[in-house]
Amino acid sequence: MSAAAGEPLVQVRGLVKHFPLTRGIVIQRKVGAVQAVDGVSFDVQRGETLGLVGETGCGKSTTARLIMRLLDATSGEIRFEGQDITHLKGAQLKAVRREMQMIFQDPYSSLNPRKTIGSIIGEPFAIHGLEQGKGERRRAVQELMETVGLNPEHYNRYPHEFSGGQRQRIGVARALALKPKLLIADEPVSALDVSIQAQVLNLLRDMQRRLGLTLVFIAHDLSVVRHMCDRVAVMYLGRIVEIGPGDALYDFPRHPYTGALLSAVPVADPAARRNERQLLSGDVPSPANPPQACRFHTRCPKAQERCSIDDPPLQDKGTGTRAACHFPLSSEEVAEIGVRSAR
Amino acid sequence: MSAQEPLLRVEDLRVEFSTEDGVVHAVDGISYEVQRGRTLGIVGESGSGKTVASLTTLGLTRTQGARVSGQILFEGRDLVALSDAELRAIRGNDIAMVFQDPLSSLHPFFKVGVQLIEAVRAHQDVSKQLARARAIELLRLVGIPDPSRRVDDYPHEFSGGMRQRAMIAMALSNEPKLLIADEPTTALDVTVQAQILALLERLQRELGMAIVIITHDLGVVAEMADEIAVMYAGRIVETASTATVFDAPEHPYTWGLLKSIPTLAGSRDEDLVPIPGTPPSLIRRPSGCHFHPRCPYSQPSHERIDPQLAPVQGEPGHHVACLLEADVRRALWAQLRAGRMPDEALAAVGVPQEPA
Amino acid sequence: MTRYIIRRLLWGVVLLIIVLALLFVMFRVLPTADPAKLRAGRFGSPKIIAEIRHNLGLDKSLPAQFWVYVKNLFLHFDLGYSYYSNAPVKELIFNRLPATLSLVLGGAIVWVVTGVGVGIVSARRAGSRLDRASMGTALVLVSAPEYWLGLITLYLFASDIGQVRIFPGAGSYIGLTGDPVKWFESLILPWLVVAAGTAAIYARLIRGSLIETMGEDYIRTARAKGLSERRVVLRHGMRSAINPIVTVLGLDIGVLLGSSVLVETVFNIPGIGRLNYVAITHADFPIVQGTVLVAALFIIVANIIVDIAYAFLDPRVRY
Repeated sequence: MSAAAGEPLVQVRGLVKHFPLTRGIVIQRKVGAVQAVDGVSFDVQRGETLGLVGETGCGKSTTARLIMRLLDATSGEIRFEGQDITHLKGAQLKAVRREMQMIFQDPYSSLNPRKTIGSIIGEPFAIHGLEQGKGERRRAVQELMETVGLNPEHYNRYPHEFSGGQRQRIGVARALALKPKLLIADEPVSALDVSIQAQVLNLLRDMQRRLGLTLVFIAHDLSVVRHMCDRVAVMYLGRIVEIGPGDALYDFPRHPYTGALLSAVPVADPAARRNERQLLSGDVPSPANPPQACRFHTRCPKAQERCSIDDPPLQDKGTGTRAACHFPLSSEEVAEIGVRSAR
Repeated sequence: MSAQEPLLRVEDLRVEFSTEDGVVHAVDGISYEVQRGRTLGIVGESGSGKTVASLTTLGLTRTQGARVSGQILFEGRDLVALSDAELRAIRGNDIAMVFQDPLSSLHPFFKVGVQLIEAVRAHQDVSKQLARARAIELLRLVGIPDPSRRVDDYPHEFSGGMRQRAMIAMALSNEPKLLIADEPTTALDVTVQAQILALLERLQRELGMAIVIITHDLGVVAEMADEIAVMYAGRIVETASTATVFDAPEHPYTWGLLKSIPTLAGSRDEDLVPIPGTPPSLIRRPSGCHFHPRCPYSQPSHERIDPQLAPVQGEPGHHVACLLEADVRRALWAQLRAGRMPDEALAAVGVPQEPA
Repeated sequence: MTRYIIRRLLWGVVLLIIVLALLFVMFRVLPTADPAKLRAGRFGSPKIIAEIRHNLGLDKSLPAQFWVYVKNLFLHFDLGYSYYSNAPVKELIFNRLPATLSLVLGGAIVWVVTGVGVGIVSARRAGSRLDRASMGTALVLVSAPEYWLGLITLYLFASDIGQVRIFPGAGSYIGLTGDPVKWFESLILPWLVVAAGTAAIYARLIRGSLIETMGEDYIRTARAKGLSERRVVLRHGMRSAINPIVTVLGLDIGVLLGSSVLVETVFNIPGIGRLNYVAITHADFPIVQGTVLVAALFIIVANIIVDIAYAFLDPRVRY
């Protein structure tokens, strides 16, 4: 992948999304908020694949929807190709939407069961007034179907006539119809069988190469993310705790949460050591009531007093990644918790 | 394999359902064993029959109109032949089961403690107070903090990991000899999954129970299982010790699975090698070898002949259902392991072509 | 929880006032007989009619009339006086309330017990001949008009005119305080009629709800624990399947308390329904307003009770 000179495709600065919680008898008062995304900043370079990983409630899906402007941010800034799109509306937003598309997790509920797949894939053309002629549109759709590995003769079939993997291909075809610059994939293979996952992942990589796409890949499966992504951002309770090139992050994680995540992944190798695994205690705190300062300090094996007072900023730790931690993991600690790498 | 009588032995189990679209052959003649205190991993994707097989063990498919043939021998008794009443005495008692989604598998309207107490009193004649004490003890055993308070909570007041722990606690209430865990961690976050797997391992050590763990995740079986059975289209296509399955597998489907999953240690530059096609319908299964439409190494005769699960020469405990010759299989795997693609491996090994 | 209840009660009051206002407008605006003229009778001269109109307060503006009504209602619990008989509406209604309550609540018990019972049996034997027969019967009963059913039962079973004379016929109603045995006997046929259609609906509801519930994962877990099938169905299954019934039961009772007129007419039970019917023919607005108000009150209260009951039944629902 080639990185174009100049500015990144997407720039996110201080992005915040709070969902208010209300209570009251007659008048609803705001009593708190679910801090789904709480100050997230990162860039997405042209042509790269950025992975967003984290567990339930970390805010990765919310972040994706904020970038896509499916949600309005509580505060912060989102720039796409240098343009501030945070508060865009109407025709301007529609113009930007041509350039960014999304594919979703559940292939069974993300396609309208009442429409033929030809109509589903062709809808982006219709919305943006492209390929107006009926014959033209059909040709364009069928070309797309072939590209993603579907039989173009199935143009008039309905989603329920396809398997999960095929439906996901339909979703990809629809997303790529307008040749967007940015594609966000929100857990695109989590609901698929293992043997089908590989097919869809290969398809995404292939499409990215062919169309020069920039891809934001959201998943909870760390092995899949490692395979697909150039850079990876790890999220916890609405914040990015570590971000950096995939190799650096997987070989030498600095943030204890990243270490715990990597240590927890079951490895398809019975000979691998598994006794030293880092087990986190307890549950993820509620995003409506997150811990003070460092969000992870309540479960962190390395936490000290400073961590509940001083919020660590995301900083370069000298080993290739930026991590938000006062006491990042040392290489001995990383080896101890059995983090496995290619080395 | 130990000379001891296995705790559970399944012989030629077949389970069919009649549906509007035809007869579904969910389980099509499987045989396997589980030894006391050991863990068997059953690996398969959707439609492989792994869940139906385990539900049938406890007779839980009887209410769905399943037609069952074959034998399921538990400590010598055939569970298929038992009456409902006799089977009920075993469920939740000698054999217990844990399911995939703890949110939907626990009754939303009853407190967790109530459901645990019910499990205890179903098989033990004890007072409610004693049962409640036992429930609290069980919650503590599975690592739930503050169990005397949490016992009065509802399932939705627990987090995902806690709920699964509670389900495991419920399954353990009568100290089962065999625990069947159907995708116990699939619905959980990865750090929680690690906690649950560690818990299962600890409980097995402490209580000496056998575990059957059903999953599609090869990483999970690599960790947990002593023996593995790989299922496809209602059959077992390969069974061996865990080390053998990952080191020297002999079935093309197993190869396909191993090559198609991304791992933390694998190379990032290569594309994954997916298994082409989709899993077959269990109503209209492919003729001959059920895997042949997706197998890169199949021969014309594989469309006609149905392979049986047969022992692998020189490897006790290793069985595979494949029509290719043993030495051909080993050569192919050697190629795949070295990083060749299936077609390259095929070309390199030069499988003897049959007359069409 | 208390916050929720208070909120619902406040909304209930608001709703009541809205209903009242609508009623007011409806009766004044829709073409109907002029109560003043009716009162005046055959010999009413325009002067007398005007005087009557003034006495009844009908010459004031609509909002003024409404204000008077609302004031009387909330401050004095005064529902006005019948145009026809000058009797206080409140008294008229409260005198007749026990009869309607007896009819509706008794009927409710019958339909819940029958409906749920038949529903459970049908669900457990879904697809069998018994199931199909009971659902078929249910369909017939639901479709049958109440007055037709009433007349048929009288024709068949009434002690005075029936073919098989076992139950007391029309007009035999005696209040509970008068003679409990006769009270009970006189209500048997009316209860069956009131319950018939609704029992049928409930049977179908429970059947569907239970069949669906029995497919849930937690039922599978209950079986896996080794519980008897009876316990699985009645304790685990019904606990969930009963929820739709609770919602519907509250509403059904509420609605029926205000609209039992057909059965009351056929069986000559002196209830609110009959009172209302007669009042309409006389264009006796105060009575009609009063009865509709009482009916609305029952429905609103029933709604609130149902919502609260739901919060108790389903611990996931908390406000």
